[in-house]
Amino acid sequence: MPVQDYEVVIGLEVHAELKTNSKIFCSCTTEFGGEQNTHVCPVCLGLPGVLPVLNKQVVEFAVMTGLALNCKIAEFSKFDRKNYYYPDLPKNYQVSQYDLPIAEHGYLEITVNDEHKRIGITRVHMEEDAGKLVHAGATISQSDYSLVDYNRTGVPLVEIVSEPDLRSPEEAKAYLEKLKAILQYTEVSDCKMEEGSLRCDANISLRHWGAKEFGTKTELKNMNSFKALQRAVEYEIERQAQILDEGGRIVQETRTWDDNKGVSLSLRSKEEAHDYRYFPEPDLVPLVIDREWVDRVKAGLPELPDARQKRYVEQLGLPEYDAMVITGSKAMAEFFEACLEHYRDAKAISNWVMGELSRLLNAHGMEITESRVKPRDLAKMLQLLEQGTISSKIAKTVFEEVFATGKDPEAIVREKGLVQISDEGAIGAIVDKIVEANPQSVADFKAGKDRAVGFLVGQVMKETKGKANPGLVNKLLLERLHKN
Amino acid sequence: MITKKDVEHVALLARLELSEAEKEKFTEQLNAILEYADALKKLDTTNVQPTAHPLPINNVFREDVARPGIANEDALANAPEQEDGFFKVPKIV
Repeated sequence: MPVQDYEVVIGLEVHAELKTNSKIFCSCTTEFGGEQNTHVCPVCLGLPGVLPVLNKQVVEFAVMTGLALNCKIAEFSKFDRKNYYYPDLPKNYQVSQYDLPIAEHGYLEITVNDEHKRIGITRVHMEEDAGKLVHAGATISQSDYSLVDYNRTGVPLVEIVSEPDLRSPEEAKAYLEKLKAILQYTEVSDCKMEEGSLRCDANISLRHWGAKEFGTKTELKNMNSFKALQRAVEYEIERQAQILDEGGRIVQETRTWDDNKGVSLSLRSKEEAHDYRYFPEPDLVPLVIDREWVDRVKAGLPELPDARQKRYVEQLGLPEYDAMVITGSKAMAEFFEACLEHYRDAKAISNWVMGELSRLLNAHGMEITESRVKPRDLAKMLQLLEQGTISSKIAKTVFEEVFATGKDPEAIVREKGLVQISDEGAIGAIVDKIVEANPQSVADFKAGKDRAVGFLVGQVMKETKGKANPGLVNKLLLERLHKN
Repeated sequence: MITKKDVEHVALLARLELSEAEKEKFTEQLNAILEYADALKKLDTTNVQPTAHPLPINNVFREDVARPGIANEDALANAPEQEDGFFKVPKIV
């Protein structure tokens, strides 16, 4: 039976590191990339006799996350110990939230293939991050020993759990993208997947269309990019469909994604007999969050991606698609708005931001915040284009030069002599020359072959090194051809 | 009722190796403890909120200020094994 005969059911669990200065229960720095085991203290190392004290900013960020995801904030919330043995956890338990998380019952909206869909958020809870393991061998099972760095231990996390509302790998990716945008807009996390500050696990199951019960699910871990998430989910769907087709049963298990090999592998072991034996964390007192606190955080919420997208469509007249792409990244939206301060044609700006700028950034593996093209530069270039100083073809050249050097577009146009030729006499002379040199094309035109015009325009542009005003070239060329 | 199987399960989770005699002994002892705690069930708790913490205190916070931790040598002072500033641990799986 092909994959299409099954309905795919996906739920995502996302961990985001909060952008605080200090850890969740101690004053160690949360800074990424320090020397191993130097951002540690007796509290996060779990030495005997120490007591954790909750970082207030973590609660603020968690409440903000909950509100941005349309959740209900719990008036009463507490921390619990989740017990398990693993060397990245110095205390042999992780302080997390179990039955009384800080936020529940929310949602976010995604758009896939022009269809809008609301995805439920089950809960948002706070917890501490674990340390990092470095394995001696290529993989954990090939290693004789492992090395542990506890710098990350105790870095505050929010875990955001979705309802099993996602129905395809594309929806899963769209959900993660929207969630990332929301976390970045609210500035609670910098969401760098490559640094592990945004991590995603997926619960996946298949069922026959129309079935009421969910099928047996597997949990996929270790997807470190949006692309990896989509590939891993696609792979897992195929794998499960094949097992079901052959009359087999899905084993409920945790699997890890190997992005290099493009396969998921079972992590089954004795450790998997998970029994976390949660119980209330006696070293931390409960949290009571009153209406006033919630209202204050709510008042401080910034404009979120959906609202900004709507504003771009309604007030700036951008197409829905442009608005969605631009607001999908906070940095891109900010760049776009900074351009608007210097140039008023929103659509022209969005074309260049989504087109040339994104293309060059991707090609160089750069973020928009690292761009040498500043908003003022793009605005200036668009003005040169609008005034007819440069042609659209030359604009691309100028843009690439600004991208490479960060130089002022006007200076580039001046220094390289890229000013557009809009002088009728000058262009006319060149058109005459080209028409004279290409009698065959002229004859083709007379015979009704419109393609000939394109060829002749191309010749004129070549002769002027792309600087001739294309509109004028077209006009003058057609005049000559009709006269001939 | 705690069975020998429960004791084996908890021992596995706690990474404890128990002899047969110990398993018997702990099964008995754990049952005795639970029986004793059962006395609490006689209380009517219909109108009592579950206790999250024995102290009537809420919202104890720290301000978000980072301060230096301890030196790497101190962090590793009690490590049975170490390498390049890391804690070294035996084969995991």
